[in-house]
Amino acid sequence: MFDFVLYITLLCISLAMVGLVYRVIKGPSTPDRVVALDGLGINLVAIIAILSIILRTSAFLDIILLIGILAFIGTVTFAKFLEKGVILERDRDNL
Amino acid sequence: MMKTNNVILETATKVIVFIILLFSVYMFFAGHYEPGGGFIGGLMASGAIVLLLIAYDIKTVTTILPFDFKKVTAVGLLFAAGTAAGGLLFDKPMLTHWFTYVNPPLLGKMSLHTAVLFDIGVFLVVVGVTMTIIQTIGESE
Repeated sequence: MFDFVLYITLLCISLAMVGLVYRVIKGPSTPDRVVALDGLGINLVAIIAILSIILRTSAFLDIILLIGILAFIGTVTFAKFLEKGVILERDRDNL
Repeated sequence: MMKTNNVILETATKVIVFIILLFSVYMFFAGHYEPGGGFIGGLMASGAIVLLLIAYDIKTVTTILPFDFKKVTAVGLLFAAGTAAGGLLFDKPMLTHWFTYVNPPLLGKMSLHTAVLFDIGVFLVVVGVTMTIIQTIGESE
């Protein structure tokens, strides 16, 4: 019964990811795609959490934090590239 | 045009960098009994430095961390080679490792293993190589 609920949840999150993939492919502007990719990362975190419940293991819990950090850094990098055109500035003050 | 600033990103970075660095140290020391190790720990440490580079700029980060990352790579390789050669001093094959249990006060039972020294080498090499690549790409116009 409990596993059944977990599989239903996995199905729902997968459907949400399909919607986000549609937005990544179709999205008219680049910020749409970046936000959709961020959402895909967070949904991946949810899928890993539910899979680690299904597999009865705690070995994947580090991966959750890892994907959270990587999604944050990636989104910040894309946002800075869209905003300023460069990712690493040499000197902020005289740009 | 109004001068833009990213005060929210800079304030968030000041908090998040320490969380990422603590996570990388945890991943490094968890490597013997749990998933983790020097490679992923080094990648997360360089991820924290990359977040600093994104939020601030290259000049500020080289002021905060005045390391030549090529030398960091060299020191890491020295750690790995020294640990590998350490077995030769005791008339054992190369890359022989030892471990022992110690009972320091407050910390309880610990196992000290010379593989940690090898892992420190892996950590330093990964941080050095990643930061050298990123800084070299970032500085070229």
